[in-house]
Amino acid sequence: MRNLISITDLSVQEIEELIRTAYRIIEDPAHFAHVCDGKKLATLFFEPSTRTRLSFEAAMYELGGHVLSVAGAGSSSASKGESVADTAKVVSCYADIIAMRHPKEGAPQVAAINASIPVINAGDGGHNHPTQTLADLLTIHREKGRLQDLTIGLCGDLKFGRTVHSLIQAMSRYTGVRFVLISPEELMLPSYVKHDVLEKYHVPYEETTDLESAMPSLDVLYMTRVQRERFFNEEDYLRLKDSYILTPQKLKNAKPDMNILHPLPRVNEISVAIDDDPRACYFKQVLNGKYMRMALILKLLEVEA
Amino acid sequence: MRIEPIQNGVVIDHLTAGTSLKLYHLLGLDRLECPVALIQNAVSEKMGSKDIIKIGAELDIDYDIIAYVDPGATVNVVKNGELHEKKTLSQPKRLVNVLKCANPRCITSTEQELEQVFLLSDEEKGVYRCMYCEAKAK
Repeated sequence: MRNLISITDLSVQEIEELIRTAYRIIEDPAHFAHVCDGKKLATLFFEPSTRTRLSFEAAMYELGGHVLSVAGAGSSSASKGESVADTAKVVSCYADIIAMRHPKEGAPQVAAINASIPVINAGDGGHNHPTQTLADLLTIHREKGRLQDLTIGLCGDLKFGRTVHSLIQAMSRYTGVRFVLISPEELMLPSYVKHDVLEKYHVPYEETTDLESAMPSLDVLYMTRVQRERFFNEEDYLRLKDSYILTPQKLKNAKPDMNILHPLPRVNEISVAIDDDPRACYFKQVLNGKYMRMALILKLLEVEA
Repeated sequence: MRIEPIQNGVVIDHLTAGTSLKLYHLLGLDRLECPVALIQNAVSEKMGSKDIIKIGAELDIDYDIIAYVDPGATVNVVKNGELHEKKTLSQPKRLVNVLKCANPRCITSTEQELEQVFLLSDEEKGVYRCMYCEAKAK
């Protein structure tokens, strides 16, 4: 039985296989409409989420499966003090696969150890968010036609931004990839990602606080939100929340085919004036996320389609 | 300063100077009732200075903990005043319930009875990370 806890649980070949399946789903959704008939996905979301939960649920419905849903710790046994381990064991009796989001880092790993069905990490605190990365990878692949030879700018909260950590882990395995890390000093990429991924695999990167000077070299700009829920101190959040706001003016030196990605939700870090720019890909990412989650569910449930 | 040779027990030698106190606590030697000598900054030809721990009783020691603190340490088991066994250490890939994750956002901070597991993530630098949240061991 396989789980997806970190994006590195998938080999490059397996990611390619998921991308191929996603392309097949896009081309012929009707072919996949009943491949999961009778299967149940349990979405255990112990932290607020709209798009990720809906994306998983839509993915399962479009494969013909059913969804059992727990939204919010307050409406589950977790509020009575049930452990993640026990929850995983119990839900294994009802469902065929689990998608879990939890505020505590490593919670889906605990669930995977204790569940008898596959577990997908749908985001654990500031740690990992591998299915968002799958959405990002498909988006880049569809826009660029490749995952190699790209300069990727990551901008905003690189410290707590779990989507950033997962994307770096995934993209570092492709040749010719270079990162530009754009953040305030307080929200720089954690050392474990810098040392254990970028430096270990000799991936070129530069760190800067200046978005505009980095702009001309970028093939992809990945914007992130400064997340209020990751701060213990409200003052720190207020001081840093408006560090980077992408406007049409700031894009004037960007490549004409640069792609702008954002894991959403957006607050104000991308001006709505950019939404109609052909380089804006963040709503395409949402759709691509659903396709990749469909491909992932098929893979983990070992459904031939 | 003179410390008598032990008749039966364990000598942990060639510890990097300054590491013995950490090892003393991690091995739980403070809970033993037998004699325990902790020698800091002893003169060493090879190392300049080193730490030594002598435990005056035969006991089961978790060698992984010693290797975690200092993989260059040597462990001699002494029986009837003579060297009975010399243990060679290798850096453990996995440490269970030795260290506690210091990350307040880690699931280990709330999940009851969850084993504290740290994995060796960088052999060269001897860096261990929490298996759950990947925070570096402190």
